[in-house]
Amino acid sequence: MSDNAAVKILICQGTGGISAGAKQVEAEFTRLIAEKGIVAQVGKRCDIVKTGCRGLCANDVLVDVITPELGRVTYDFVVPADVEAILDQHIVNNEIIEKKKAKEYYNTFVDQQMRVVMTGCGQIDPELLSAYIEEDGFKAIEKCVKEMKPAEVIDEVKKSGLRGRGGGGFPTGMKWSFCAASPGNHKYLICNADEGDPGAFMDRSILEGDPYCIIEGMMIAAYAIGCDAGYVYVRAEYPLAIDRLQKALDTCYEKGYLGKNIQGWGFDFDMRIKKGAGAFVCGEETALMASIEGERGMPRPRPPFPAVKGLWGFPTNINNVETFANVRHIINKGSDWYASLGTDTTKGTKIFAVTGKVKHTGLVEVPAGMSVRDVIYKVCGGIANNRKFKAVQAGGPSGGCIPAEVLDTPVDYDSLIKAGAMMGSGGLVVMDETTCMVDVARFFLSFTKMESCGKCVPCRIGLKAMLDILERITEGRGEMADIDTLLEMGATIKKASLCGLGQTAPNPILSTVKYFRNEYEAHIIDKRCPSNSCKELLLWQVVPEKCVKCGACLRACPSNAIKWEKGQVAELVKENCTKCKSCYDACRFMAIE
Amino acid sequence: MSNAPAEEIPAEEIDLAEANHIIDKYLTLPGNLMPVLQGIQDSYGYVPKPTIDLVAERLNVYPSQIYGVLTFYAQFHLKPRGRYIIRVCVGTACHVQGAERIVETFFGRLGIGHAETTPDLRYTFEKVACLGACGMAPLAMVNDDTYGKMTVQKVDEIVETYNQRPMK
Repeated sequence: MSDNAAVKILICQGTGGISAGAKQVEAEFTRLIAEKGIVAQVGKRCDIVKTGCRGLCANDVLVDVITPELGRVTYDFVVPADVEAILDQHIVNNEIIEKKKAKEYYNTFVDQQMRVVMTGCGQIDPELLSAYIEEDGFKAIEKCVKEMKPAEVIDEVKKSGLRGRGGGGFPTGMKWSFCAASPGNHKYLICNADEGDPGAFMDRSILEGDPYCIIEGMMIAAYAIGCDAGYVYVRAEYPLAIDRLQKALDTCYEKGYLGKNIQGWGFDFDMRIKKGAGAFVCGEETALMASIEGERGMPRPRPPFPAVKGLWGFPTNINNVETFANVRHIINKGSDWYASLGTDTTKGTKIFAVTGKVKHTGLVEVPAGMSVRDVIYKVCGGIANNRKFKAVQAGGPSGGCIPAEVLDTPVDYDSLIKAGAMMGSGGLVVMDETTCMVDVARFFLSFTKMESCGKCVPCRIGLKAMLDILERITEGRGEMADIDTLLEMGATIKKASLCGLGQTAPNPILSTVKYFRNEYEAHIIDKRCPSNSCKELLLWQVVPEKCVKCGACLRACPSNAIKWEKGQVAELVKENCTKCKSCYDACRFMAIE
Repeated sequence: MSNAPAEEIPAEEIDLAEANHIIDKYLTLPGNLMPVLQGIQDSYGYVPKPTIDLVAERLNVYPSQIYGVLTFYAQFHLKPRGRYIIRVCVGTACHVQGAERIVETFFGRLGIGHAETTPDLRYTFEKVACLGACGMAPLAMVNDDTYGKMTVQKVDEIVETYNQRPMK
């Protein structure tokens, strides 16, 4: 990004933005700027910047226009057809197009957050080293190498209170000191970017939006621990992240920020990307190392811990993407500053991917300790379609549900565990009254069962058996004894499994039974699903008392199975119905049962 | 990772030059089995049996070990795949927004199930866990094109569109 351009146009180009058509919007801007000779008209240079994820993915494509006269204005839902108007009115005539401008909620969404890790995301061009250096890039590593001893760097990270952002919450500085204390001259550093949790995408957004900050974080860790080689293990499903990180690595090698004797500081570090191949269990550190070695990604028992005996038998330190992204800020601004954010036990900020039935889905970065309620209602605008809140699922397949009664739980490692969920990777899936909790438990279990590597019996067989029971319940063939069996099996699997996948897989079931036992009982005793969600238990009929005669179901039905006229109660014609449930989702009054 | 039984692999004649070229590239890299197999998968669209024998010989590993890796990871395929790969996301956010309905509609339209390919090699259908664009849920992808906020009606439109597309 060059500073002499008076007009800047920032276009969000994370995966979310691109799937909403950011590339076309960018092409249209480029074409029209050239065609209209905007440069000549305003006598200044326009500068189009691609940026990474801005966080509010539901409203992509987001475009920021920055002009000296009007400052920064954000437009949302931009399509190529809008581009001409933005150029003519906003840039040439200095008039904001009010109806395309992002509404008040966008400011709320941004103001309620505290951006530390994601400062660069959505602000700088992720593919330009110069843009990163302008943002104090590589200052932190320079400070480490020139002014601090490795042990001092570790102390600084320890004092900051940073804990592993992969979800486990182990103190990062402590982990580093273990590996640093291991004997040997050859040590490995691994960045775990195998973000497999369905519903979490913060790691991907950091890699796409600010890849250099990961590289710098890893360099600092490498200097502190004494590692000479590093791997970034990225999920194969993230082609854009792999592409941008690879470009960043190539640039760093070219400009002497990686390799031998970096910038003449007398410090060596090599890095390469290792592409995953689609296995959720590879997010577990021992399985991840097996995968890098070219084996099946199966976990092994610990000890020996990776810090003692890891990749190819050498001492290895593994941290998550978000953990590494925090490091440069701790070094630049000091551990005291970092420790002043958050709560007693959880320092700093945490990024959450808020998805599901909430008004504004996307990534939010908040200081640890904000309540779950505030994240959902204040930052993300509450529940969509005026429905009632039921629960929020935190921590993906290894986490649990937080119902309305414990919604004031602060988001820190310990409070979430107390509430029966966990921080996990930071996915928050919001559910309303139309989401069936038994079905959610079944969904997560079917995922973990499928992704179980099969090495240990409790996980391989136990999850399958639990899933069979849950499937029976959702099909209306459950028995009361099933609930106790589930609880008992869940407890055993948690205790007896080899790795984190099996040890946490029962959590969604245990927490839904704890808070929503009534839903389980309704499925088993009354053979009905209170949320009108489990297909086998639906009656496929309209409840006349609840129908407000709006016709939304008719518009949603793809197969002519709804009879409705203005002012009439709708009717469902079973012969035509393909049981696709489109009408259930369209009805805002739960009037179809 | 699927628990499907091992597939029958037809004997086939293929050009091994590309596979040799990929092996040359990674020959000296530690842990090179995966990158080699990924290269072959990308280049051929699947991992043909003759390439497995070739890799076993040149990297000095047992074919059984290679099959172990190939069947463990979801990304590798032992059979040719369709020209258009339709992926429907069934991650948490998409599931909550009704992804199952989209999946079933595709099944009905294409007459194939998860991880199957139509006999004319036009389509391969897959359910995948989280493509990471949860804001656009439910989500479907055809090759590299993304279709967000999917509905049952949109399924028909997509199939219509790609039925018109060329096979080459």
